[in-house]
Amino acid sequence: MTAELGHFALILALCVSLVQGILPIAGAQYGRREWILLARPAAQALFLLMACSFAALAWSFYTNDFSVQYVAEHSNAQLPTLYRFGAVWGGHEGSLLLWVLMLSGWTVAVAQNSRTLDDTMVARVIGVLGLVTTGLLMFVLFTSNPFTRLLPAAENGRDLNPLLQDPGLVFHPPMLYMGYVGFSVAFAFAIAALLSGRLDAAWARWSRPWTTAAWVFLTLGIALGSWWAYYELGWGGWWFWDPVENASFLPWLLGTALLHSLAVTEKRGSFKSWTVLLAIGAFSLSLLGTFLVRSGVLTSVHAFATDPRRGIFILVLLVLVVGSSLALFAWRAPKVALGGSFGLMSRESLMLAGNVLLVVACASVLLGTLYPLIIDALHLGKISVGPPYFNAVFVPVMAPVLFLLAAVPLARWKHAEARDIALRMWIPGVLALLAGALVPRLMGGWTVLTGLGVALSVWIAVSGVIQIARRLKSGLPPSSFWGMHLGHMGIAVFVFGVTMVGGYQEEQDVRMEPGDTVLVGGHLFKMVGVQDVPGPNYSAARGAFEVSHNGGAVHMLYPEKRNYFSSTMPMTEAAIDAGFIRDVYVSLGEPLEGKAWAVRVYFKPFVDWIWGGCVLMALGGLFAMSDKRYRLRVKAGAMDTGLTKGATA
Amino acid sequence: MNAKTLIPLALFSVLVGFLAVGLRLDPHEVPSPLVNKPAPAFKVAQLEQADAQFSPEDLKGKVWLFNVWASWCVACRQEHPVLMEFARAQVAPLIGLDYKDQRKDAMGVLKRAGNPYDITAFDADGRVGIDYGVYGVPESYVIDKAGVIRYKHIGPITMEALQKTIIPLINELKKS
Repeated sequence: MTAELGHFALILALCVSLVQGILPIAGAQYGRREWILLARPAAQALFLLMACSFAALAWSFYTNDFSVQYVAEHSNAQLPTLYRFGAVWGGHEGSLLLWVLMLSGWTVAVAQNSRTLDDTMVARVIGVLGLVTTGLLMFVLFTSNPFTRLLPAAENGRDLNPLLQDPGLVFHPPMLYMGYVGFSVAFAFAIAALLSGRLDAAWARWSRPWTTAAWVFLTLGIALGSWWAYYELGWGGWWFWDPVENASFLPWLLGTALLHSLAVTEKRGSFKSWTVLLAIGAFSLSLLGTFLVRSGVLTSVHAFATDPRRGIFILVLLVLVVGSSLALFAWRAPKVALGGSFGLMSRESLMLAGNVLLVVACASVLLGTLYPLIIDALHLGKISVGPPYFNAVFVPVMAPVLFLLAAVPLARWKHAEARDIALRMWIPGVLALLAGALVPRLMGGWTVLTGLGVALSVWIAVSGVIQIARRLKSGLPPSSFWGMHLGHMGIAVFVFGVTMVGGYQEEQDVRMEPGDTVLVGGHLFKMVGVQDVPGPNYSAARGAFEVSHNGGAVHMLYPEKRNYFSSTMPMTEAAIDAGFIRDVYVSLGEPLEGKAWAVRVYFKPFVDWIWGGCVLMALGGLFAMSDKRYRLRVKAGAMDTGLTKGATA
Repeated sequence: MNAKTLIPLALFSVLVGFLAVGLRLDPHEVPSPLVNKPAPAFKVAQLEQADAQFSPEDLKGKVWLFNVWASWCVACRQEHPVLMEFARAQVAPLIGLDYKDQRKDAMGVLKRAGNPYDITAFDADGRVGIDYGVYGVPESYVIDKAGVIRYKHIGPITMEALQKTIIPLINELKKS
């Protein structure tokens, strides 16, 4: 019964989304006020219906209703309650439902927080979001209905994929989806602006906090996924350039470019059509990511069940959404007035350079991701593109971005003197060169990459500190200032972590028997033994290892090899001793003869800085969003005057 | 509208084209580099008569089907009736390669389920399998009169694959 209610709510939601998508936009076009005013209530109703539908599915999981096919396929009576909840989005149908729920959530957030915005504009934004929702709801209802009944009901469920039975997974997809879906708001604002023909500073100011919010979620979502892969997969890596990882990274790169481009559009009125294009692009890449992940056109470690019908449906959706937006762009963008002019050397030009580089980086990752598909489609053979390609193209493109981002905040708008910037950057420059030359030697060997990585992170960090110190002399800066520097500082921390792990990690694959020792990265690992321990829905072999550093204190690590009752594939639970400047990491491989095991031991210097950097970036985003000016102007009602000024200018 | 702002739309159309074609391809399908190359030579003992040997040379001038199997392979049991059907049809010699197996187990299977093979070569340590790029059992190869591999089938041969692909191909090759 609950499942039928959920299904019914979903059908109603489709009807409401049609109303929300069509009437407000038509109303804005033909000046029908009663249609325009429909936008907000429709958004609220849609959100309520989606929440009901999602709750119905969650309830089916909670009560172990194995007569619902999706529940039977992804849950099990022995599954702990937390994972039963996480299992709601552990499969294709449920994760799409979550996607749509979040989309309606973002829409309602826009509806509630736009009281002072021009009603026509809001109607268009909500309308565009409604159209996107309609498309996705049709996809859910026609190809991926999570409420399909299984007759006769299964006695017990097939259980959630053991890889996904982890607290990290409970939060990773929702975060990621919040980011993906969040770019739809920036997209809707851009389309609404194109429809109305009013692309101005006010439009940029409205979009900015929304874009930043989506970006924060996406940053955290990607970081969580990477962290999860690091400790759950037991391969010791944090990024694999897998197609599915790339699918989340592409919108991040474009979203980062969009954030900065929006800043220029808001402050100076420049880059308007470029910003609109980025807004369309960021959301298009989110949709493309969904397509790549859900259609199975690429092979990936994220082996999702695939169904060609779904692939065609998403492709059609992609064509409709992205194709029509780009057509609208081609038609309207030439009419957009040019913004303020700027000199060859100015903050605008430097930001544009950084922006273009980010887009190039994004394009090269996209090309690498799709290359196997393109080559196959042209019948030129089967190939796969691996980390060497991505590292070879990505690093050289991003290095200048990192170089620029430290200096850009010093450059003046409109016209800057290179000499001024150089004069104020000499301290970070000297320190960066020194650190780049010395730190790698201390760590055990200088290479071009480690030298470059350390130098760039010091360059960014020191110049950030100096700029903050200088700014503090003239009073407390606004929170957007803190946001920017926190975000950049996060990049510095991240780059440092990546450089250290990439240059100085040590790993050993060894055969160990109880009593054997191995020395990795100055840490002595002694295997005590392996014993069997039972779990709720698995049985495990748990190893015990003593770890000591330079004869110091001994602590224990307990890696596990789990056999889940529902799956034939054993799962690795690595044991990690995390630290500020290093992780040591033990994972059990295969049992060998007698009491011997294949054991993998890693020493990872500064690896946690990678995720720490991401958290700092996300914090920076939160600070930037909370800037007073987004609220003050709204309160003063300056939005509307800004809008009319922009329109007549 | 001007040409510059149409560029994104044009690029997107190209992308969609590739995605649409990509949907119809199977990314898991791995082609064999051995197709249209001479079948790797080997000489190993036969399964049933340990003192007799088998080499692909022996079948020069004939078109034949070479099937890699093992007693421990579950999918091979599923394939077995199809091979029996093939043997009954007497289209071409069927040579087996018993891969990484125990003589006793393999002969047991053939005794119980029936033996579709004209000859079975015995590859105890899997060395022949490596030369043929076997990475999953069962796998089958159609080899022509000149000893060139013309087709490789990965996984169990289905009745449909046998009727629609393998037998027509063998008949075609026999004519040339």
